[in-house]
Amino acid sequence: MRLVVGEGSCGLAAGAGAVYQQLEELLAQGNEAGVELGITGCNGMCFLEPIVDLYDDEGALHRLVKVQAKDAKAIYEAATTGNLSLVDKLRISASDAEFLDRQTRIALRDCGVIDPESLDDYLAHGGYQAIGKILSQGMSQEDVIHEIDVAGLRGRGGAGFPTAFKWRAARDAKADETGQKYLICNADEGDPGAFMDRAVIEGDPHSLIEGMLVGGYAIGATEGIVYVRAEYPLAIVRLRKAIADATERGYLGQNILGSDFSFTLRIKAGAGAFVCGEETALIESLEGKRGMPRLKPPFPAQAGYWLKPSNINNVETYANVAWIINNGGAAYAAMGTEGSKGTKVFALSGKIARGGLVEIPMGTTLREVIFDIGGGIRGGKQFKAVQLGGPSGGCVPAEKLDTVIDYNELAATGAIMGSGGMVVMDEDTCMVGMARFFLDFTAKESCGKCVHCRLGTKRMLEILDRIVNGQGEEGDIEKLEELCYAIKDGALCGLGQTAPNPVLTTIRYFRDELEAHINEHRCPAGECRELITYFIDKDACVGCTSCARQCPAGAITGERKSPHEIDPALCIKCGNCKTACRFGAVRVR
Amino acid sequence: MRMSNQAPSDLSLIEPTLDAYADVPGSLIAILQATQDAYGYLPMDAMEHIAERTGTPIATIVGVATFYAQFRLEPVGKYLIMLCQGTACHVNGSELISAAITDELGIDDGQTTDDGLFSLKHVACLGCCSLSPVMMINGQTYSSLTPDKAKKVLRQLAAEAAEGGAA
Repeated sequence: MRLVVGEGSCGLAAGAGAVYQQLEELLAQGNEAGVELGITGCNGMCFLEPIVDLYDDEGALHRLVKVQAKDAKAIYEAATTGNLSLVDKLRISASDAEFLDRQTRIALRDCGVIDPESLDDYLAHGGYQAIGKILSQGMSQEDVIHEIDVAGLRGRGGAGFPTAFKWRAARDAKADETGQKYLICNADEGDPGAFMDRAVIEGDPHSLIEGMLVGGYAIGATEGIVYVRAEYPLAIVRLRKAIADATERGYLGQNILGSDFSFTLRIKAGAGAFVCGEETALIESLEGKRGMPRLKPPFPAQAGYWLKPSNINNVETYANVAWIINNGGAAYAAMGTEGSKGTKVFALSGKIARGGLVEIPMGTTLREVIFDIGGGIRGGKQFKAVQLGGPSGGCVPAEKLDTVIDYNELAATGAIMGSGGMVVMDEDTCMVGMARFFLDFTAKESCGKCVHCRLGTKRMLEILDRIVNGQGEEGDIEKLEELCYAIKDGALCGLGQTAPNPVLTTIRYFRDELEAHINEHRCPAGECRELITYFIDKDACVGCTSCARQCPAGAITGERKSPHEIDPALCIKCGNCKTACRFGAVRVR
Repeated sequence: MRMSNQAPSDLSLIEPTLDAYADVPGSLIAILQATQDAYGYLPMDAMEHIAERTGTPIATIVGVATFYAQFRLEPVGKYLIMLCQGTACHVNGSELISAAITDELGIDDGQTTDDGLFSLKHVACLGCCSLSPVMMINGQTYSSLTPDKAKKVLRQLAAEAAEGGAA
């Protein structure tokens, strides 16, 4: 018997640490059956955390979900006695299990399967075979790049630039007399709502290292750097250990596996700036400066880090590389659409029934991801839109749900593939509020270099602020549009060029909602605080008093067992009463 | 909100970092991170000392320190509340949580309570989107928050601090 606790960041946030500790203590007290206890990374089923996988003596998996520390005793008894009926109530349901069964996992192949802190476990799952194959078979740089080319792998960070093209450019770039080239990993996952890169580093750090080894070999780099977000402390700890272990075992360092190829890897912790996801801003930050983008050309392939030829890919891109080398580019390209090959990982969240990480072949429809895998909207509400690509992307409405996941198809909707954030919204989400939310984000994160981005996003935010506060004016939509196109034209980097996308898609698909805010000072979703009034439906109210007890403003009055009332003059619109009411009697208009 | 009126910093705390990195190009962010680890924030006199040791203009150092969200120029409270402002948290009501914290403690984003106990900081996505809305206080994540639940957490921490102080 073997017990494996899922210890990714979300698992730990949900309480996996306490579960592990309890199991450890119980096993220390008595373990004649020889039950093993281990950890693994996030398997992507965030909605079921904490998760404990119990492998029986035949190696069959029994997945236990939503495990709390108090359940540890039952799990311990089951594992030590072999009486698995003791944990029946913790077993994953058949419908929840579909969440994983419907996926195709390449980048996430080992996440939630292996122990991320064990190099041996990675080896046991086919680890470091790709770099071994390249070195032992004497594959040339071009052989490697050709395989990536055949695979059709495109950058998974958002822009979707063909990886083989970038590698070739960096390989062909002439290095100076030092011969130095750099291979960089962008792990500055800044899109609020995307966390697949974190899951890969936390759950399978060696697959990133191996992907970078292959990339380093292909472009002729001897030094690699991983630029990790500072908000991901656990990812940094696990990656640091993985680099140390790989170095000690000869997978990193001088003359790797006895060959002429040498490659070292180090981590640079970011300091919190969304713009550093832009490759030239990331390079500036690596050099210890303010992360402000450079003018391109020259591209990083010609003059990157310290002006040496450099190649930058994101985590998910590298995580696909070893699989492609092992299985062949053609096997990878067999999945997907004409222009988008292989798989893509999405972080499914928001008002979704089953939120978590989803890896599916390109060509899958949004509907399949949201409804078949994600289980649709939580609490029986209506689907309204899905936000793709974060602050650089847009909201795709219900009528476009059959759009297939493909770089071009998604771009045609006005959204983008992006790094993989997929935030689902229901009827209660105000789309104008969403646009304002993203503009607030980009206005704060604009580095300030380009006037259009620095001031344009600020002006757009001011207009949107007025609109959600009920002070919208005729002509605001046209003003927003004008600013959108000016910023797109006038900004140097991707942050500015794409910042208007959330507003443009809102205008395109939810113009009626914008107009309701502007012309009628009304928020159809009932979310914008300045535009709504809370009231109690007298017929539904049973007089339980729970709303009155939760009201911080003392705005609710009424006798016990008779309908209550909200005084709009005192109400601060905190929404506590609506949350507290179990009878749906608190309404918004 | 508390204003800083700081005594001179013990500069020896960052000497080992400066010995190792002062002459390594591109190390400024790493030096500032180590400095913040040492003091909990970036004291002005420490940044002046870094300028001297590295030969970097002080304007460059303050420029970098103010560019990145991670760096603080003021000390923080005993409990640093990092309230997630990611998309999923927004959709699931983080604004109400923010209002509840402000209501409970009387501080806004970036401020510290007068007793030095709590600081509030809005942060970009913490990456626990399925547990939203979330906040992280001194490394501990609190998930699926409601305004009420958030207030209870704060009251409990305040009570723990009061007990600890009395003991």
